Amino acid sequence: MIQLIVNGEPQVVPSPDSGADSGTTNDARLNIRQLLEHMGLQGKRIAIERNGEIVPRSQFDQPMLANGDKLEIVVAVGGG
Amino acid sequence: MDNLVIAGKAYSSRLLVGTGKYKDFDETRTAVDASGAEIITVAIRRTNLGQNPEEPSLLDVLPPSQYTLLPNTAGCYTVEDAVRTLRLARELLDGHTLVKLEVLGDPKTLYPNIVETLKAAEILIKEGFQVMVYTSDDPIAARQLEEIGCIAIMPLASLIGSGMGILNPWNLQIIIENAKVPVIVDAGVGTASDAAIAMELGCDGVLMNTAIAAAQNPVLMASAMKKAVEAGREAYLAGRMPKKLYSASPSSPVEGVIGNMSGK
Repeated sequence: MIQLIVNGEPQVVPSPDSGADSGTTNDARLNIRQLLEHMGLQGKRIAIERNGEIVPRSQFDQPMLANGDKLEIVVAVGGG
Repeated sequence: MDNLVIAGKAYSSRLLVGTGKYKDFDETRTAVDASGAEIITVAIRRTNLGQNPEEPSLLDVLPPSQYTLLPNTAGCYTVEDAVRTLRLARELLDGHTLVKLEVLGDPKTLYPNIVETLKAAEILIKEGFQVMVYTSDDPIAARQLEEIGCIAIMPLASLIGSGMGILNPWNLQIIIENAKVPVIVDAGVGTASDAAIAMELGCDGVLMNTAIAAAQNPVLMASAMKKAVEAGREAYLAGRMPKKLYSASPSSPVEGVIGNMSGK
């Protein structure tokens, strides 16, 4: 399991290899695409910041997410 | 054509509208279309994690292919929050760099914090953003924001959401006289005559949200605002007659009035 803070709320997400032996889970890393699928946000028009830095869409397949990462996932909403 | 040029792009409408406070997306879209606005502001917010994934999003209703979206930093009180919000907006909108910066100073009045606004604008401009900036009606703040490279100055007419109209036309006039970039009144417009007055003063455009969204009939008010902005612009270009306390020059001929009483 990987523990993240998403939009200010704790989120526990299964690691991609959670079926494998437990010794590797600490090093297991998730990519953004897997996280979005887990949260039902795949295909949505969103932007993501990880620990204060923008994550470009081109990096959504890179296994970068680790325990304790702080993520912001935003959308456009009505505003003046 | 008398176009509004923002960041090198010409717009035939001088009315810019926000997309907040409508009862649903349908009303948002209908009101935006009735306003004729081509530039529309959007806010950037955390996605609702428990949301129904089938729910439409604002960008489905107002697609960037049809409108120039102007992501804003509404609700930001610090340089950091404003800059982060617009970096996210640029990523969200595929590298889009035209933004509306506002850094607020007070949650009660929503009055802008000019010191923080200047700092945020400087960072954003260095990062390649084209910054349209919400500011007070202080001519010196307006000048400084222009000097550091903001591409449009957007002074308030009165406080955000107040509908109080144009409280200091004289300051606006000084800002307009000095600015070499478009001046767009942003915030405080309450009804059509306010928008017309802003344009008669020589503003290049008017940005509003609540005046339309909080009207009893938002779609009808959107249409009224469209006409008011056009009327005000034409009156400005036409050049109004001078004001006089009275005039001994009636519009009808002085000669030839029956009874031979006139002109004597």
